[in-house]
Amino acid sequence: MKISELFDRGEFVVTAEVGPPKGIHIEHVLEEAKTYLSGITAVNVTDNQSSVMRLGSLATCKALKDEGLTPIFQLTCRDRNRIALQSDLLSAAMLGIDNVLCLTGDHTKMGDHPQAKPVFDLDSVSLLHTIKQLESGVDLGGNELVGEPPKFAKGAVVSPCSDSVDAQLAKMERKVAAGADYFQTQAVFEPEKFIKFMEKAKQFGKPVQVGIIIPKSAGMAKFMNNNVAGVHVPDDMIEELKADKEKTKAGITGVEIAARIIKECKPYCQGVHIMALGWESKVPALLEQAGI
Amino acid sequence: MLITELKSKETIVSLVDGKKVFIINCHGCKEVHFPEKEAAEFQKELADSGNVTGIMTKDYICNPENLKLRIQKYMDAIEAADAVLVFSCGVGVQTIAEYLGDKPVYAACDTYPLPGFQGVTPLEYDCKQCGECYLNLTGGICPITACSKSLVNGQCGGSKDGKCEVDSNMECGWERIYRRLAQLGRLDVLKCPTQVRNYATDEEVSK
Ligand code: SF4
Ligand code: SF4
Repeated sequence: MKISELFDRGEFVVTAEVGPPKGIHIEHVLEEAKTYLSGITAVNVTDNQSSVMRLGSLATCKALKDEGLTPIFQLTCRDRNRIALQSDLLSAAMLGIDNVLCLTGDHTKMGDHPQAKPVFDLDSVSLLHTIKQLESGVDLGGNELVGEPPKFAKGAVVSPCSDSVDAQLAKMERKVAAGADYFQTQAVFEPEKFIKFMEKAKQFGKPVQVGIIIPKSAGMAKFMNNNVAGVHVPDDMIEELKADKEKTKAGITGVEIAARIIKECKPYCQGVHIMALGWESKVPALLEQAGI
Repeated sequence: MLITELKSKETIVSLVDGKKVFIINCHGCKEVHFPEKEAAEFQKELADSGNVTGIMTKDYICNPENLKLRIQKYMDAIEAADAVLVFSCGVGVQTIAEYLGDKPVYAACDTYPLPGFQGVTPLEYDCKQCGECYLNLTGGICPITACSKSLVNGQCGGSKDGKCEVDSNMECGWERIYRRLAQLGRLDVLKCPTQVRNYATDEEVSK
């Protein structure tokens, strides 16, 4: 099922994200996803996230699909040239995986193989353009595909709390022009900024899912502030996480904060995307508290 | 060695159509093959239309000090023009665009590599001779060398406090491009069609 169909029907779409393991044993990921995420619309599978080599996104998507979940295949341009990207897209369609999320990808220097050659033959925009072309039955080289062309719900990302939000909006517009059907955002901790962003992003007429991370500790919040682009946890939230260490450790504070952010952003967007970062078990409580 | 080739006439005309232009030629270094004759013919056509406020032909305009010295006596003619059209390699265009700040500067040439000795490039600007110069879409800042991922369709999500995700000492190239385009009042060029790079002209692929 393409998640764009749900947006079209006006549904508030909930997705979450899982990361494949560094190894071949996927049982734990599947178990967690089945237990905690089967109630939501779809599950993103990250693609060698943060440039750290892991089990493949496509294989994990297929395993999730076999368990009855709807996977979203995340595809970055860091590790594959246009031939490999298009080939993987055809493979996905053949396996019945019809949701993709297109990203440029972090640089190789950020991960655990800094010696690797960064590819970036395409980028997020030209990848969307490529998919649109494949959907018309022609590959990027101008050659015809044999038989029925694939069809995807084409997702993209945007960073609404970035300090260069205008450049981000310009890029978002290019993604829309290139064929993006919907957007998931970088994690939001400042709903006011998100709402301001949405006032401008509205004009593009594409559904946006607000990105949510459940903060696990004050330390994690500070780490994100110093190291993660486009993410800023305000001081009062950090204080809130510091106040009752036991409550925070149990995840209760984080869930409260995240639920509050979702409630504030919900009237302005078309869905929520949860990056649980290992706290998949907290997702059901979060959705309940957020009233979804 | 590198080789510069004129962009198609239609491309150049579409950039400067109806505008008053000042033309700069760089007959610079031995490393560059420059299409002098074609450029002169084309510039004569442009001049005949009455829209050229002046022509400056010098060498080593890629050297900012040298450029500053030589460009002074042309500043009135440049002031009178809506745009500056530069016939040089990518480094020369970037040097001029930076120096002139809010004056639109357009590249009339594409820069290709030739196997062998690389040109002497100054530290400030770099040109990787990508073969389809993007400077007209980026306010005269090279996205191939100023962005760590050589992105040609805009900023990635990785910049923090204006710095590139790869190197916190390096300004994000796409923030520079965005600022320059805003300064020029030309943010509309960001709405250009999706760019797909052609690596068939790349040194690594073509050699
Ligand atoms: S875009 Fe950059 S690398 Fe390509 S020709 Fe122009 S200056 Fe050189
Ligand atoms: S942060 Fe800026 S310069 Fe660095 S890779 Fe991204 S767009 Fe390019």
